[in-house]
Amino acid sequence: MNMEKRKKIKSISYAKWGYIFLIPFFAMYVLTYFIPLISTIYYSFFENYMSGLKQIGPNFVALENYKSILFDSDLPKYAYNTMYIWILGFIPQITISMLLAIWFTSIRLNLKFTGFFKTVIYMPNLIMAAAFAMLFWALFSDIGPINNLLVLLGFEPYRFLSEINGNRGLIALMNFLMWFGNTTILLMAGIMGIDSSIFEAAQIDGASSWQTFWHVTLPSIKPILVYVLLTSLIGGIQMFDVPQILTDGNGGPDRTSMTMIMFLNKHLYSKNYGMAGALSVILFIVTAILSFTIYNNLTEKDVYSKHRGHKMKGGKNEK
Amino acid sequence: MKNKINKILCYFVLIVLSLMCVFSFCLLIINSTRAHSQIQKGFSFALGSFFGTNLKNVLSNGELPVVKGIINSLTVSSLSAALAAYFSVLTAFAIHSYEFRFKRAAFTFIMMIMMIPSQVTALGFVRWMAKLGLMDSLIPLFLPSVASPIVFYFMLSYMQSNLPKAVIEAARMDGAGEFRIFNQIVIPVMKPAIAVQAIFTFVAAWNNYFIPSLIIRSAEKKTLPILVAQLRSADYLKFDMGQVYMLVFLAIIPIIIVYILLSKYIVRGVAVGSVKE
Repeated sequence: MNMEKRKKIKSISYAKWGYIFLIPFFAMYVLTYFIPLISTIYYSFFENYMSGLKQIGPNFVALENYKSILFDSDLPKYAYNTMYIWILGFIPQITISMLLAIWFTSIRLNLKFTGFFKTVIYMPNLIMAAAFAMLFWALFSDIGPINNLLVLLGFEPYRFLSEINGNRGLIALMNFLMWFGNTTILLMAGIMGIDSSIFEAAQIDGASSWQTFWHVTLPSIKPILVYVLLTSLIGGIQMFDVPQILTDGNGGPDRTSMTMIMFLNKHLYSKNYGMAGALSVILFIVTAILSFTIYNNLTEKDVYSKHRGHKMKGGKNEK
Repeated sequence: MKNKINKILCYFVLIVLSLMCVFSFCLLIINSTRAHSQIQKGFSFALGSFFGTNLKNVLSNGELPVVKGIINSLTVSSLSAALAAYFSVLTAFAIHSYEFRFKRAAFTFIMMIMMIPSQVTALGFVRWMAKLGLMDSLIPLFLPSVASPIVFYFMLSYMQSNLPKAVIEAARMDGAGEFRIFNQIVIPVMKPAIAVQAIFTFVAAWNNYFIPSLIIRSAEKKTLPILVAQLRSADYLKFDMGQVYMLVFLAIIPIIIVYILLSKYIVRGVAVGSVKE
């Protein structure tokens, strides 16, 4: 009793250090994220742009900017482009990553050189997206090496950068290459976290590989799948560097590869602060909802793992 | 037998995927060694002998301050990495080792803002920096790293399994102050996590294009991604493709070399932040 009391007094006396050590983070957060967020919201309610050399506004217009960006601009088209390209890259990303994660963790397969393969497939994730896009632009141009190789192999040359599917396909391919290694590693960690006795039980019950995957692996890694899906979706909404550099900011033929952030970037450059503000706030709300879902997903998992913590630790000790 | 066929199939798919990942970089390395006229003539897998010439040309290009760009990128990335690592450990230490009233609230708040992208506040950020007189300066490119929620979350996860509270208690018994405990006990314990997160932050800052392109105006402050974009919008018919490949080479290959040297630690660090044991 006495000990406990003393501990309590001690921890209270140290509490101020908790606050002191949090000051740099929160001060910098307010300075570089919170004030900008509030002023972005503020700008979104004002008409404020350059018409030629003449400055229009700032005049308070309430929700006018939101109305015009949602109903009178090409935003729906760019939202469609962004989602189209994201899905085009994400479907192969999640499929291949799932397959690789299962192979790498399979005891039955017992693959060699997995460390090497993981190192290679993760590498594109660290590449500067702008430089990667520049490289693809040079490689896939009409007279670039890829078309040289196509002709050499007896195919017709393809004008990747002048075709809608060529542009979207290249952007999706780059997104796929940059992210499937990362996703593989996350899914592997998820699969390795599953209690191995469940797999043994499934094996004893005579479950096939497919049944094991469908009824044991998939439900067990659902939180990580949700995490991968949502973070990738937020990443998709942020898509900018690759299409911006590949299409030089024009969005390819008829702006079919123009993404939402490229549109935002255009408004920022032309100093149309009202429209940029409204678009930012819309994107903020969407990403905030997605972030909140991730937060719930992560903390749910925490409770779950705490709940099972003892069991899992026990299992490890036995080995 | 069936297992063997499966295995061969797996290796085949893995090799194809690995080749897809390295193919474009192989072409990059090959073309960076060839002169503009050779590149225009058509592709060949043979290495050229113009690597030095291309390098010299791109480094002395009057319109493209590449040397300055490399120095600026190194400055911003190193400072970002140092600030993010040090202050994230400090923030994690506050949450991990002290009991105070708003601890839970602070943690929840950081977790909730973790995934919100910086693009959506870019407008306010740029105009606010203009008001503070920080436009066309490198400071807004690295200072925000002090508040890095993802790095914080990684540090906290690592701390929970590697920093026993008894160690801190013992140091207090010996009369060490809280700052001294942090700098002389916590930081050394956290070294492996600091190394991994410093690398990730360095790479992210090195590759960052959106915000820098809105802040930086003058040629001598430009970072590498801005120079890459500038090269892309130049009239490429007039451009020396040898230099194009060389600039991309300079932006990509140093990171790949560092990655090859440290890949073991990096690959291990990927999963820790998001997937807890």
